[in-house]
Amino acid sequence: MTTTSAPTTTPAPETASERAFDRFRVPGGFALGAVLLLAVAPLALSDFRLALLAKYLCWAMVAVGVSLAWGRGGLLVLGQGVFFGLGGYAMAMHLKLADAADTGVPGALPDFMQLYGTGEALPWWWAPFANPVFALAATVLLPMAVAALLGFFVFRRRVRSAYFAILSQALAAALAIWLVGQQATTGGTNGLTDFQGFFGYDLDDPANQRTVYFIIAVSLLLLMAAARQLFVSRYGELLVAVRNSEERVRFLGYNPANVKLVAYVVAAGMAGLAGALFVPAVGIISPALIGVVPSIGFVIGAAVGGRGSLVGAVLGAIAVAWAQSTLSDAFPAAWTYLQGLLFVLAVGFLPGGLASLGAVVRRNRSRTRTGTRSGEAA
Amino acid sequence: MTVILNQSFTGISIGAVLLLIALGLTLTFGQMGVINMAHGEFIMAGAYTTYVLQESISSAGVSLLVALPVAFLVAGAMGALLEWLLIRRLYTRPLDTLLVTWGVSLMLQQLARDIFGAPNVQTRAPDILTGNIAVADGISLANSRLFILGLALLSVLALTLVLRFTPLGRRIRAVVQNRDLAEVSGIATGTVDRMTFFIGSGLAGVAGVAITLVGPIGPTTGTNYIVDAFLVVVVGGIGQLKGSVITAFVLGVLQSVLEYSTTVSVAKVIVLVAIVAFLQWRPQGLYTLRTRSLA
Amino acid sequence: MSGLSFSRRGLLAAASAVGASAALSACGAKTGSGTSSDAAGATADTSGSTVKIGLLNSLSGTMAISEVTVHNALLLAVKEINAAGGVLGKKLKAVSQDGASDWPTFAEKAESLIKEDKVAATFGCWTSASRKAVKPVFEKYKSLLFYPVQYEGLEQSPYIFYIGATTNQQIVPALDYLKKQGLTRLYLVGSDYVFPRTANKIIKAYAKANGMTVVGEDYAPLGSTEFSTIVNEVKGSGADAVFNTLNGDSNVAFFKEYKSAGLTAKSMPVLSVSIAEEEVKSIGTQYLEGQLTAWNYYETTPGAANEKFVKAYQAEYGATKPTSDPMEAAYISVYLWKAMVEKAGSFDVAKVKAAADGITFDAPEGKVTVDGATQHVYKTARIGKIGSDGLITEVWNSGKPIKPDPYLKGYDWASGLS
Repeated sequence: MTTTSAPTTTPAPETASERAFDRFRVPGGFALGAVLLLAVAPLALSDFRLALLAKYLCWAMVAVGVSLAWGRGGLLVLGQGVFFGLGGYAMAMHLKLADAADTGVPGALPDFMQLYGTGEALPWWWAPFANPVFALAATVLLPMAVAALLGFFVFRRRVRSAYFAILSQALAAALAIWLVGQQATTGGTNGLTDFQGFFGYDLDDPANQRTVYFIIAVSLLLLMAAARQLFVSRYGELLVAVRNSEERVRFLGYNPANVKLVAYVVAAGMAGLAGALFVPAVGIISPALIGVVPSIGFVIGAAVGGRGSLVGAVLGAIAVAWAQSTLSDAFPAAWTYLQGLLFVLAVGFLPGGLASLGAVVRRNRSRTRTGTRSGEAA
Repeated sequence: MTVILNQSFTGISIGAVLLLIALGLTLTFGQMGVINMAHGEFIMAGAYTTYVLQESISSAGVSLLVALPVAFLVAGAMGALLEWLLIRRLYTRPLDTLLVTWGVSLMLQQLARDIFGAPNVQTRAPDILTGNIAVADGISLANSRLFILGLALLSVLALTLVLRFTPLGRRIRAVVQNRDLAEVSGIATGTVDRMTFFIGSGLAGVAGVAITLVGPIGPTTGTNYIVDAFLVVVVGGIGQLKGSVITAFVLGVLQSVLEYSTTVSVAKVIVLVAIVAFLQWRPQGLYTLRTRSLA
Repeated sequence: MSGLSFSRRGLLAAASAVGASAALSACGAKTGSGTSSDAAGATADTSGSTVKIGLLNSLSGTMAISEVTVHNALLLAVKEINAAGGVLGKKLKAVSQDGASDWPTFAEKAESLIKEDKVAATFGCWTSASRKAVKPVFEKYKSLLFYPVQYEGLEQSPYIFYIGATTNQQIVPALDYLKKQGLTRLYLVGSDYVFPRTANKIIKAYAKANGMTVVGEDYAPLGSTEFSTIVNEVKGSGADAVFNTLNGDSNVAFFKEYKSAGLTAKSMPVLSVSIAEEEVKSIGTQYLEGQLTAWNYYETTPGAANEKFVKAYQAEYGATKPTSDPMEAAYISVYLWKAMVEKAGSFDVAKVKAAADGITFDAPEGKVTVDGATQHVYKTARIGKIGSDGLITEVWNSGKPIKPDPYLKGYDWASGLS
């Protein structure tokens, strides 16, 4: 086992057939995923199941970012709830304002403000979210800006990775507490819920719910394509190099802080987009999705599926979310044990996640065949 | 002026609890660099130990005193077991340790729920610890807080003495400062690691006993304290006891004064943001142990 | 690099998919067009020999402590009703879903109960946040929820029956009681969420109109266990009494600190609205003896109906298990629904709603009557004192069931509240 936490990339293919397989593996897999998500799932699943899948796909979108920042960059992003929440709230604020405008009463406040608010005018920081373009841009740019600001300071000062993880948690806790405390303007623990429309379309209509699903599925595919592109780019190589030995990269003349910053900011933007799409799909955003526990929850899927493998992380996130909602009803206690055990086994003993299971087995088999072959190329 | 004085005393009360819950971490996180998220559950184990002992020992005072060493052993044994089963395999992967121990903490919470039930349980405090002492007009210190403060300072003293003057302490310091050299010198570093973990976790158990005087005892007791405990050690600086001691009291007073002038929620947020800002200024915390390692 | 060419193709495919989904969205209804109403709406499956009802409580997570007891009470009611022949000749089948103390999960599970299990009605939820999260779901599918917990009022969903007390059946009588006792200077302590904030808004309006003074107001984050500053401020405030809307774990830390500061039920009583028998057990009578609570039901409430309920509950779940107000409300909510269905002669939601007004039930808390206009229940307010044995004994009650008034329209001082 090497000293770095993340698994190595798949070893280079050795035979001609393997090489050919490798060439078609990625686009083939992508096409298969697209068919499954965009054709099979909508046809095979009931409206309710499809809505559930939409929710899982939102977790998967966060996992794409986690795979980039943690799997490739070695940055344990334990504060993804912050960015998910910022994206979600940006979207929810717009939907609330649009609903209020739909009531036809000029200057109407969102319903919860009428109940809990001071009865005064809309707070200034709500006003711009009435503009759909601003709100949409904010769902992604706001989390990215916050991540950039935080990352700029943290990475520049070479704060140790363990500290970074604890700081991220502290921030997640702080944002959740703050949102809860501002009940008059954020809805407090209730969060924002009860959305009527989504950019003019009635959210109660099953046809529109299906459209939301398609938007989420397509966004996930786009994010995966973008992440894959980053992985194989020069930047991707550099990121892995920073993960494996920050000092060496610095001696080579790169600034590791900037390399890490990009991964962190991109992952934050992905979480923000996921949060924004979560809102119309599930119909609620609340501080309960932001704090320490959900923030850790965002990485469990990636850890189980395989943080180093994009597909592994995505499938892991979907599988864990699915297991949670099906198992926790029947066996609430057993599910908690299982969840804990998944963490221990996947992270402790199979750091590559389930995605690396095949590779581990193959490696062991080839080892017994040819005797020990020292460490594969990283 | 009275307000400031009053809030300072309150801050010391808060600081005493912070110090006690963070003390074990100064060893396992501060000295060994292990982020053990199950540390909170060792505190919980200490609290439940008090509860179980009170079922068989009727005197609240006696059971509390008996609970202190017993909880130390119970939590210490749990910690040593955890180190032996999992953590020693992960010394090279600190971030993975965080996630693995988080999983362990989930399981321990559920275990507590299965054994003791989901609702909180109650313990009786000895009458002497439910009163207070008037320091000045309008200013008083709760006896329970004084007890915790005394216990915390005593633990700090004991820990300092052990680290400074015992053979075990010398070995622990040697391993922290240079593991390879220590190993070459014939120190069984694996055993030292386990002992360090035993003591650190045991201190969490002691904190758990003290917590029964001021807070709820339930499956989620540990999660109430874990983030605060880590922040104390992070701000205090790795490897230095005095850093954590100072930080605990500074954070306590800061929290108390801010709570007084704003609200609890805002105070909490300000403290958290202040910590993030402070670490910008001093990324290594208040005090650091200078080593030549690049990590 | 194969990845590059693949990606372009991938992007192209994705782009066309976006186009496809945009085209699809054209079929969906616009907001306010009113075409979607018939598309939603879920029908309960009542064709077989059994009828499913949904139980939606947190069986895991932080709220499980309280909600599991409500879940038990619901199951007891179902069992009793089935033993007596069911509803309209059909046996009830309870489908339990775990809300996991997480509001989005509540919404998901509510939808699952309505759409997948096709339940005739759903019973459950505890926190206001979980109720607010599921409210749009029940309204969207026109399905019924019976909510068993006292809450902050200012709500009246056509698809929710509120079986717990609204503010004028718990908080307002509690204030009347304090005023009568001459305790006019109040300190408000609460957890930082909707119920305490709304409750305190009402208390302040009441105080202003009734010559009482609110000398301080503090909120602690949910789950907070550090109360030294707050108790310090309470102590120095010169208040006559504390009005406590803290929730869960925070109560334990608050009362321990309260006693440590030398404050007692004699020197400054605390009136709590979220501490029932179960909570008393976990805080410890050492810290609570003599303190006041406001509810509509106590385990000690006299009457044959309550004796039967306590006996049945303890026979089912253990002789030491206490019964509490939310449990009692949950228990009677199933019976009230049964009575509505039988009066309507149908499980149909619209008919059940129409039959609701005037339904009465001889409940453990005394006779309750459903008010059809507000979909709340007439309830008797009771102030209780916590004894050294952990039981709460009544020291005052409102004499007769109070008409529910969720928007406090019948109170002049409350005119500025909603």
